[in-house]
Order: sequence, then C-alpha cells, then structure tokens
Amino acid sequence: MEAESEKAWHHDAEPALKLKGISKSFGPVKANVDIDLSVAKGAIHGIVGENGAGKSTLMSILYGFYKADKGEIFIDGKQIEIPDSNTAIAAGIGMVFQHFKLVENFTVLENIILGVESGGLLAPSLDQARKTLAELADEYELQVDPEAKIEDLSVGAQQRLEILKALYRKANILILDEPTGVLTPTEADHLFRILRNLKEQGKSIILITHKLREIMDATDTVSVMRRGEMTDTVATKDTSPEGLAELMVGRKVLLKVDKAPANPGKNILSVRNLNVTDGQGVARLKGIDLDIRAGEILGIAGVADNGQSELLQVLGGMRTAEGTIALNGKEIDLSLGDQGRSRRQIGISHVPEDRHRMGMIMSFSAWENSVFGYHNEPEYSRPLGLANQIAIQNTSRNEFERYDIRPRNIDLTATFFSGGNQQKVVIAREVERNPDLLLIGQPTRGVDIGAIEFIHKQIVKLRDQGKAILLVSVELEEILSLSDRVAVMFEGTISGERVTSETDVNDLGLLMAGMGEATT
Amino acid sequence: MNSNIPKWVDIGLIPGLNLLIAFALAGIGVLVVGESPYRALTILLQGALGSSYGIGYTLFYATSFVFTGLAVAVAAHAGHFNIGGEGQAGVGGIGVALICLSFLGDSHWLLVFPIAVLAAVAFGVAWAFVPAYLQARRGSHIVITTIMFNFIAAALLVYLLVNVLKVEGTLAPESRRFGEGARIPQMNEVGSWFGLQLASTPWNISFFVAVAACVFTWLLIWKSKLGYEMRAFGASAEAAVYAGISPFKITMVAMTISGAMAGMMALNTVMGESQRLILDAVQGAGFVGIAVALMGRSHPVGIFLAAVLFGILFQGGAELAFEMPAINRDLIVMIQGLVILFTGALENMIRWPISSFFDFRATAKEAAQ
Repeated sequence: MEAESEKAWHHDAEPALKLKGISKSFGPVKANVDIDLSVAKGAIHGIVGENGAGKSTLMSILYGFYKADKGEIFIDGKQIEIPDSNTAIAAGIGMVFQHFKLVENFTVLENIILGVESGGLLAPSLDQARKTLAELADEYELQVDPEAKIEDLSVGAQQRLEILKALYRKANILILDEPTGVLTPTEADHLFRILRNLKEQGKSIILITHKLREIMDATDTVSVMRRGEMTDTVATKDTSPEGLAELMVGRKVLLKVDKAPANPGKNILSVRNLNVTDGQGVARLKGIDLDIRAGEILGIAGVADNGQSELLQVLGGMRTAEGTIALNGKEIDLSLGDQGRSRRQIGISHVPEDRHRMGMIMSFSAWENSVFGYHNEPEYSRPLGLANQIAIQNTSRNEFERYDIRPRNIDLTATFFSGGNQQKVVIAREVERNPDLLLIGQPTRGVDIGAIEFIHKQIVKLRDQGKAILLVSVELEEILSLSDRVAVMFEGTISGERVTSETDVNDLGLLMAGMGEATT
Repeated sequence: MNSNIPKWVDIGLIPGLNLLIAFALAGIGVLVVGESPYRALTILLQGALGSSYGIGYTLFYATSFVFTGLAVAVAAHAGHFNIGGEGQAGVGGIGVALICLSFLGDSHWLLVFPIAVLAAVAFGVAWAFVPAYLQARRGSHIVITTIMFNFIAAALLVYLLVNVLKVEGTLAPESRRFGEGARIPQMNEVGSWFGLQLASTPWNISFFVAVAACVFTWLLIWKSKLGYEMRAFGASAEAAVYAGISPFKITMVAMTISGAMAGMMALNTVMGESQRLILDAVQGAGFVGIAVALMGRSHPVGIFLAAVLFGILFQGGAELAFEMPAINRDLIVMIQGLVILFTGALENMIRWPISSFFDFRATAKEAAQ
C-alpha cells in the first residue's frame, strides 16, 4: 500500500525524506518499531499520535539526538547517517522545538548567527545575516526586527525567528514540534500561511501536533503513530478528525462533549478587583472581577502566561493578592501564600495546571499521591502524628477502581503511570472531596485522547451535581466544548466575557490578542 | 523509570562492588608504600572486628556516625543539605558538659543521662535553628550558613575552654573531669550485668540511644504525616505549597530534628569517652555523617550499616597505622576518602553499566519469547 500511495502523492521522483525500518528501544521499551515514512518535496506532512506514541523519539533520531538501533534514512534519495545535530543541519534538516532555543538577552541577529559565525569578528557575520534575513522575510512573510532583543519579542515572533534560524542554515526539511501550543488563533493562522509559502518554494515540512483540526487544515498527508508503530499514512483529504482519533487510540472516541444546558444556581465564587504583583514588581493580575454560580463551568481562555496561572494560584491559596474573594458569601483572607490546606477545608479543590511540578510528587507511590493535600484529614490520621496508611490505601484503591486508573496497582511510583492515568489520580483526589468550587487547570495537557473523554465527562458530571467549576485551558476547543461561559484573559486583565453559545474561535481569538471591546 | 535491577543488586551488589573498587585502589596505595595490601587488609579487619576490644571501639565510632548520619538524612529528606553537623555536635557537647559539670554531676547517671540527652538536643537544635530560620525567612542558603556556624561553634568552644571552663592552674584547654555521677556505663559493664565478658572500651550506652534514634527516624520519615510532608517538600517545594504544606514550618522542623540528632552525638564522646569537655570532642564525625547518609541512602538501616563500616575503617585504620609504620595516618585518611568517593559520589559510575546489563537481559528475554 505504501508504494502505491507514494505514487499517487509524489510528483517528484525522489522523496525529500525517506525512513526505512527505523527501530529504537530504550531498555525493554520499544519507542519506535520498524517505522517507514516518506515525505515528498513541497509537501506538509503531519504526524499525530498520543503522548508516548514515539513521535518525539522519531524526530530526535532524525535530528541526531538518538541513534536508531536499526533502519535507514534517505535524504533526496541518498542514504545518510545522522550521528549528531550538526550532520542533520548539514543535510538540510531544521527543527523548531516546542520550547524555543533562543538566548533571551541576545538580539535576533545574534541568535541567527549563533553557532554559524564565520571568523573571529562578529560584524561580517552580522552584516551577512542582516542581508539574508531581509531576503527571507520578503520571500516567506517572516518579518522579525533584526535588532530586537528576544525578551521584547512576542511568542509568535520568537517562533518565526526559530524558523528563520533553520532557513538561514539552509534547511529544506523543516520539523515543527507542537508549534501552535503557545500561539493565539491569529498567530497560528499566520504560521500556517508561512508554512504554505515555504511549501510552495519546495520545502518539505513535518508538522507534529495533537490538534487534529490543524492536521486537517494544514497538511497534505498525515501519518498516525501508536505505541511506537506507524499505524497508517493517509492523504489528509481522505480522512476526518474522527477517523484520525480512532487510528490514534485504536477505538472509537467521542470528540464532542455531551452535555445538557447549564442550570446555574446561586453564586458560589465572587472575585472583585483582584490584583497580584510578582517578586519583580510586575503586575500579573490587574483588577480581575469574576463570578461563578453553582452548576456552571466558567472557562478562562487565553494564550499561556497572561495571568491564568496566577489566578489559579491565588484561588488555590498558593500566593498572596490584593482585592476580595468570597466563597459562598464568606470572604477569604488573601494575605498569606500558604493556605492550600485551609482552602481545601472551606471547599475549594484544585487540579493544578502542571501535575508534574505541583499536582503530584513523582517519586511517591500512587497511594501516597491519592491524599496529597488532604493527608491531614482526621480519617487519615492516627495518634502521635502517624499517618493511617491503611485508610489512605483504601481510599486510593477505591479511586483506582472508580476512575479506571491503570495499571491497577497503587504501590507503583507516580512516574510509572501514563499522563492520562496520572491526571486521573489527581482528578479523582480532588473531585472525590466533593468541593463547592473546583479549580481545574489544563485538565487534558499531556493526556491521551481516551482519557480526555473520561476527564471531560467527570467535569460535566460535577457541574451537573451543582458545583461551580473554574476551567483554565489554553486549548480553545476544550474551552468551547466544556464551558458555559468564557472569560478571556490578556495581560492580567479579563479582556472580555462571553456566553459560550454566542461566541466562536475568531471572536475569542481577537480577545486573546487583546483586541476586544475591553481594550479599545 | 522502572528499572530492571533486582533489589538485591541495588542494595547489596552495587555498594559491595563500590567498596571493592575503593579497597582495590587503596591496595595500590599500600603497594606503593611497599607493604602487602593483603596483610594490610587483614590487620584492618582483625583490628576492627577480631576481638571484643576492636569491636567495642568500632561500635563506639559507629555510634557517633549514626547520629551525624541521621542528622544529614533527616534534613536531606526535606531537601536541605545540613553540613553543620560538626558545629551542632560541638555545641551539643557544651550542653552535655554544662549538665555534667553542674551539681547534677554528683548524683546518679540514671538521673543525669536523660537530662544530658535533653541538653544535647536543646543545644544542637539551637545551633541548627538560626541557619534554618535564615533559610526559611530570608533565603540565605543553608549550606553556606551551616558551614559558617561550624566555625562559630569551633570558636565558641575554644573561648569557653580557654576562658571559662579551663581548670585553674593547668595549660590544657579542657574542662575539669565530670563527677562520678555523670559517668554513663560502658558496654563492658552492661555486658557484665548479663554475665558477658567484654573488653573495656569507650563503647557505651549512648549506642542504645543511637539505635532508638534510627527507629524514631524510620517512623518519622515513612510512617508519620510530618515525614510525608517533609519528603513532599524535599521532592518538590512547589507541589508542597500546592498541597498546603508550609515551607517555613517544614524547614524549621526538619532542621530542628536534624540539629537534635547531631547534638546527641556529643553524648557518645563527651559523656561516654572523655568525661570532660575537650577541644576535638566531635573528631570530624559531623563530616563523616555526610558520607554515611550518602552511602546509607538516607535510610536508617543503611545509615546504621554505613556507620559500622566507617567505624571499622576508623578503628581498623588506627590499628593499621600502629602495626605498619609505613602506612601513616594520611594513607588511612586516603583509604577512607576512597570509600566515600566510590560509595557516595561515584555511585552512578558502577550503577550505569549494571543497569544496562539488566536492561539488556530484560530485552533479550522479551525477544526470546
């Protein structure tokens, strides 16, 4: 089938990139098994797969970070070995990482030439880079001010710079790893325009993403990976998001959240004029006003780092703030930053944005994580300050059963579980406390599709029980499908609030970029 | 992530091999000075374990190392590196001495000993408290402040011994001898209560306190809510704050317990051995404690075993220097250094090939199926 489809898509004789039988194991873990991949010249090829499916390993092999145990790599029909990233760059492979590799206090030009300076003096290299940069900018709609410092650039501009860096090193094959995670919808559109320009100039692009919508919009062909294997490669026009999801998970999945209209009750949370200033004296939250009623999900949309994290942390009792927050009409003291325990006691549960850094202790066993934050409850205590480990283990075992957490072994260390199962441990812990208000940040980040479905159902179920839910997510689709109302955050303010049924991606996108009614 | 190394390899074979490499290298050192490594090793083991005299001294040293090792381990579980064991033990010694030099020194050890334990704890805690507070409230790094406090403790000890506690008319910077009531039983006396014949050594009943401290630490770290919070904070301060654990409280409590452990070390030397306050009552045990905690993986059982090993090195080393004049004190220190280097600092050097071997075997087994 591979040979046949190749003929159908590829006009050029030789594909720009061809992988044959690539395998890579880490100990007993088979990260890549016998992978074949072929990317035509002038094509955008998508790779989708759940976390741990082996996408990153495959790209790391291509970029010379890992050496494959087996298999061959062909660039323009010529077989090559890629022992390190310099070889990869020399072979015309460029990589744009999810986390940019830029020197913050260097200018754009200095970053461009970093590692490819010629001679002992910088000036000639910089002059040459300036010229090349101007040409590239015209050709591909890749404008970035060459003299600007990185720290002054927007995230979108930083990403354009990463692409420019690759092009400056004469990349013909450009790999982008989850490129839109940090972009507003407008910036993402801009990125895809750039990619299309590049494609028309004959560059080949590999786009790794978990957003099926982007795959459908931007790619020509798409490969699906599951458990280290390349399960299928299809022409994008012949498939659908549902079809891709099924290929990724191996069973039918419900992408749309099934929920009845909200039936909001009395006001649970009210936030008035909330201000937070960080250690450097930068205002992170500026006069936030919010209300959440019982039986309602309020979604907070926005590009990452516009104050959402700070809002969650203040509500969760992790940092101090000025202003007023009242839960069930009772005002909360905001002058202390270590109030996680008292917040839980008044009925605020918190699923943090980053479960690895906050939500769990990765070196602890699963059962120890099952009461993290609730370990001082009387039911888990014994005299003399000892913990009632039997009771804790029972709770954990119970939650494992009810939330179908696998493997069903509470003694395993947290790191042993997949992202989805780790998140289930956290969500079970917080939801089972029967809170009045659930704070939930990035509920499905790094979570496989199968678990996403389950987690979304749990959130809706909690809402239907009459709880107030504050949902923070950078995934607009998630916000739109779960929330009853949406507030958009931009630079520490609420740039607009919408009823979900009366808004769409474009409307929210403008608010996310600060171009809504609140700022004009 | 999930290693294929069997448990016996992890806690038995790997430390054993590390020890073997350290001894092999030390053997080369012995060869260089023109002695037989085999004979040196025999003398070392014979000296440390070959008689009830040797064993007594070995366990006497081990008692000190258990206390200081636990001190480092307790702080380490809460993510702090307490290098101040030396100073905390030294100040703990002042506490012990003040009790023993008071009127209490003329009563009975059954009365003095518990009070001396409390004094050792209180003084050790006091010395750990200031660095802990500076860390918790001001962010001054505990590694730096505890090192500084070691020097302050040394200076304080010298001041007290030269100006306050020195016996009138003598030149030695030491306190007067404690009263008979402040003399705690040595193990040979304890043995004789049960009809056991043991050689007279400084090995004394603070050994039992050390064992109790091991049990206490095990309960604290793995069975109590406080230990849970300490381990959580040590693993991720941010996660601890999320869970409502106060960083201030954990830092203060962990360092308090750590300082108490270090302070109690002085019972062994000041009350159990010298019977007076002398300048080098701690004998570097505070620093050995770091190596002991490292080698013992901050687990009380591991710490106890590592402390005994270092006891063997100290006692056997002393015998060795005595029996083989070519092997001087410095070579002994080198051997001890090698053991610390391989069992502590270079632990991963040998772990890596062993774990790849077991990974390889697991892969091969899977492939064969």
